[in-house]
Amino acid sequence: MQFWIIQTLNSVAFGGLLFLLSSGFSLIFGLMRIPNLAHGAFFMLGAYFGYTLLSLKFNFWIAAIGAGLGVGLVGIILERFILRQLPGNAQGQVLVTLGLSFIVADLCLLIWTGDPMPLPAPSELRPPLRYFGLAFPTYRLVVLGLALVAAVGLYILMERTRIGAMIRAGVDDMEMARGVGIPVGRLFTMVFLLGAALAGTGGVLGGPILNAYPGLDADMLPLALIVVILGGAGSLLGAFVGSFVVGFLYNFGIALVPDLAYFVLFLPMVLVLVFLPQGLFGRVQL
Amino acid sequence: MSRGNIIAVVIAAVLLIALPRIITHEFYINMASQCLIFAILALSLNLMLGFGGMVSLGHAAYIGVAGYTCILLTIAGWHPLLAAIAALALSTVIAGVFGMLSLRAPGLGFLMITLALGQIVWGIAYRANTLTGGDNGIRLPARPEPFGINITGAPAFYYFTLIVFAVALFGMWRFARSPFGASLMGTRDQPRRMRMLGHNVWMVQWLTFVIAGFWGSVGGLMFVYYNVFLSPHALTLQQSAEILLMSILGGASSLTGPIVGAVIITLIKNVASTYVERWNTLLGAIFIAVIIFMPLGLVPGCRALWLRWRNRNRPKSPTPAAEPAE
Repeated sequence: MQFWIIQTLNSVAFGGLLFLLSSGFSLIFGLMRIPNLAHGAFFMLGAYFGYTLLSLKFNFWIAAIGAGLGVGLVGIILERFILRQLPGNAQGQVLVTLGLSFIVADLCLLIWTGDPMPLPAPSELRPPLRYFGLAFPTYRLVVLGLALVAAVGLYILMERTRIGAMIRAGVDDMEMARGVGIPVGRLFTMVFLLGAALAGTGGVLGGPILNAYPGLDADMLPLALIVVILGGAGSLLGAFVGSFVVGFLYNFGIALVPDLAYFVLFLPMVLVLVFLPQGLFGRVQL
Repeated sequence: MSRGNIIAVVIAAVLLIALPRIITHEFYINMASQCLIFAILALSLNLMLGFGGMVSLGHAAYIGVAGYTCILLTIAGWHPLLAAIAALALSTVIAGVFGMLSLRAPGLGFLMITLALGQIVWGIAYRANTLTGGDNGIRLPARPEPFGINITGAPAFYYFTLIVFAVALFGMWRFARSPFGASLMGTRDQPRRMRMLGHNVWMVQWLTFVIAGFWGSVGGLMFVYYNVFLSPHALTLQQSAEILLMSILGGASSLTGPIVGAVIITLIKNVASTYVERWNTLLGAIFIAVIIFMPLGLVPGCRALWLRWRNRNRPKSPTPAAEPAE
């Protein structure tokens, strides 16, 4: 019983982290029509920024916000100064984000060395909650809660604000949105900032669970891709559902069939691609 | 082929055959073998990229599938030739499945799916400790002995690689020049018109994917024969990206481009790794620089320069623009 509870909580907490990662990825894809292959590197960079801020004795939550802002800044620089160089060349833009992810990963290795860096959870969240004679890991519940808060916040931003309406218009019909005077260029920067900051914050929040280590980016990026392939690009709901599906499959896969953990991810991807190539809730063609 | 091209090919062939006599140092002969192996991989990827306009980021998966199959079957006591044939067959079948999945989405969705599939193969190789040895990798017991000839020495292995390379290059050259190759380029440039003309666009692209997978598996097998060892590090996204970069750097619209790219990247990688530790930063920087400043690649870029220089006395003659890769 304890095993199933722990694994279920691990799964939903991991799903929450995946949502922080893939919601930004999905929005960027939906609006700009490019998969940002530096997104895994953003996540890892966030974890390392968080580690440095924590070792400077900052509060955990301040570290999470600070790392998010720092990574968001990196995202703006990427969008403004590199992607803007290649207007209309989607394929070139994707490959540039890939090249940047190699540079970021390698510089992280240079700065923070190859050893895994632990990010301790805030001390008040370390003791487990006890109910009905069972222990629940507090920190993971908090991560899940924060992911849900982020989901609600993003939903409100996207569905109930003027900016959200403009982003949705851009996702649905970019040319028409430009035509009616929506500043699409500024939206690109904003969505990139938002996506990068979410990934960076996710990196810090994931730190106590995953640690910061070289290769974290390559571990997380394919998961984000699979989430978006499953859920559909450009859709928040798709990212939300996909994150938890992948979170469960990956976590239980590692716990039950460690040799085939990745193969377990392969199956739902095949099913969705065969029967619903746009993903479960896709707004745009992948 | 024009007469100039034939002369160039003959000169290149003579140079390649004489190479171990010119550079006698074993280290450099091995480096030449590496260049040829990566040239096979880059050429095979380029069938999709250059002629089909499909950007794949999962090509290292074929190194994995063909390599692990060959090693495991050899360890299980199969004859090396049978193991190689089985490895190529399985890897090509996997390419068929991956092609069906990847072609469900056009354009960048294709890129994402190939990336995800490549990472899944990497993840399986990394996690399936009992089979693949996980992170530690797994050794091939010995290089095969084709027709009883020992190829453990560097020059002998170089000639073996050269023969495989020549066969692969000829195969891919025939492919690119065939009517099928022409219809492939048609689906790249005008998929709608090709459909109107009665071509089965999906089938053309899928067959290309499978053929590219087959030659990629051949390259992967050679990679394993060269290293006599395989670990998940050879299956990473970096590896796939390096192969892609070779194609783009050299120029994806030709057959010479990927070869030039493979030679340049392999040399830079070998030289750089002896002097600096930061190969990945360099790789990323080259990637960004090539995409921004030289999107057509070196070979078409240099050819355009050459034509402009040759025509410098003829004012206003239209320079034939290199065909874009997309």
